[in-house]
Amino acid sequence: MRWKMLTGGGLAAAGLLLTSAPAFAQDITIEVVEVELLDRFSGTAVDVAQTVILDNIFIFLAAVLVFLMQLGFALLASGLTRAKNSANMMMKSLFDAALGVLVFALVGWGIAYPGGGGGGWFGFAGFGVPGLMDPLPALADLGEDFYPLSVSTDFFFQAAFAATAATIVAGAVAERTKFAAYIVYTILITGLIYPVVVGWQWGGGWLAERGFEDFAGSGLVHMTGGVAAFMGALIIGARIGKFGPDGKPRAIPGHSMALAMAGVLILFIGWFGFNPGSALQADMSVPIVAVLTLFAATSGAVGALVMGWILLKKPDPSMSGNGMLAGLVAICAGVGVMEPWMVLVTGFAAGLLVVVSILVIERVFKVDDPVGASSVHGVCGFWGLLATGIFVADISFSTQLIGGLAILAFVAIASGILFGVLKAVKLLRVSPQEEAEGLDISEHGGPGYGPEMLTPLPAGVSV
Amino acid sequence: MQLITAVIKPHQLDAVKEGLKSVGVAGITVSEVKGFGRQGGHTETYRGAEYQVEFIPKVKVEVLAATEDTTKVTDAIKAAAATGKIGDGKIWVTPVSEVIRIRTGESGTDAI
Repeated sequence: MRWKMLTGGGLAAAGLLLTSAPAFAQDITIEVVEVELLDRFSGTAVDVAQTVILDNIFIFLAAVLVFLMQLGFALLASGLTRAKNSANMMMKSLFDAALGVLVFALVGWGIAYPGGGGGGWFGFAGFGVPGLMDPLPALADLGEDFYPLSVSTDFFFQAAFAATAATIVAGAVAERTKFAAYIVYTILITGLIYPVVVGWQWGGGWLAERGFEDFAGSGLVHMTGGVAAFMGALIIGARIGKFGPDGKPRAIPGHSMALAMAGVLILFIGWFGFNPGSALQADMSVPIVAVLTLFAATSGAVGALVMGWILLKKPDPSMSGNGMLAGLVAICAGVGVMEPWMVLVTGFAAGLLVVVSILVIERVFKVDDPVGASSVHGVCGFWGLLATGIFVADISFSTQLIGGLAILAFVAIASGILFGVLKAVKLLRVSPQEEAEGLDISEHGGPGYGPEMLTPLPAGVSV
Repeated sequence: MQLITAVIKPHQLDAVKEGLKSVGVAGITVSEVKGFGRQGGHTETYRGAEYQVEFIPKVKVEVLAATEDTTKVTDAIKAAAATGKIGDGKIWVTPVSEVIRIRTGESGTDAI
């Protein structure tokens, strides 16, 4: 889908006149570019340099919103777990961003965007991010396929996505995972598992060749994170006391529903960078994608409210919050090709589905996922891929199904091996005593909330 | 009648509750408390600086029992609260002169 077209002569031109980047002027061969960029709606010519700058600045701002989602995930996961693990949850969100970005820059980028070769399943373009300091987009492609983003803009946006994929797992294995294990799995997910899946579609691999549709990453980002989250929760085992001697699940309420809901609403805002930014340029599809994203979020919350009220007899806060996220996750795939009614159905169904799947995972599979990440991201991510194939005539359902199953199989096996090895070398889980005491004290040396009323003042100090 | 008070490790509460139920105890009162004993608190760190936490979190369990049931109750608590490590807590028993159930006005062992 190209919303802008480059026409006219001068397609072989070597430079764009970027008046706003004087610092680079001496490095650039400036030629007057004889191209016209036509606005798709009005048909009038627009300024090429200004359009490119606008595209890049818009994607930069969208990426900032995607990074804001780290705060949303941090508050959500911390709120839905106990106070004794709050500093640990915050540390994980901090290092999802820190490790995720560094590892993605070092190896992930080269795997995600291999630039052809490798049969479309796996490729590696090399370490690092080539062309990062080049201020201009790839002008050799000036023409119909002109891609307006510079490498730095593109990397900034994609690194935010990699950090998102990493952060999904932390909630599912919360309150019992060693921090060292967390570091190992985060490096391998952002450096290997996530980039391989991204390479299949956004990197021009085998899924892209088959006409697979995943606009903002229901499958590539959320399902990858959600399936890894499920495997982690399955392999590490339930928190102490989660299941009674009779095998029945018991509630372990989180310590702050206010923090959790604040997290949900911050994620809701962040998603307006995640989806509209996935247009990868600033054009008039952006507000349309934004409104469809809004519809999916709101219908998802309503769906989960209804299903929660029916099954749990009360309008349940954590289920409703997860419903909003479920709608957002599910619509990532089809938001570029769906009509409003399709979006509303997809979002509402995701809201229904997330409540049922959280209960099934807990009560039938007996897997302890404290924040419901497997359901929100895994189950509803898969649903988003399928819904795009069901509702949109131009998209093949079988391709969507094959793509979803391929992601499921690859991520389940790869993360299964990862968590299995961590468990085998006894690096995965803290001791029962440490778990009872809380990871804030056992892993990080002190409580997340404090100082306590009864904590003594240092010797010699009085009030 | 006796009041049995136990101060235990917080994460042993579930086991103690189940243990008391299994010997027929119908009700207990639980409070979150802090204190120190021979365990003497523990050390935490903040930015690498150590500080001593002298009062560490415990749970206080209070159970009313008829005098002849006292040993049964204390044995149940002792069995369930023990981890063998320092800081398992204490149990003590104090005599109670009267117990009244507010709703019905029953008194004595009938009110337990």
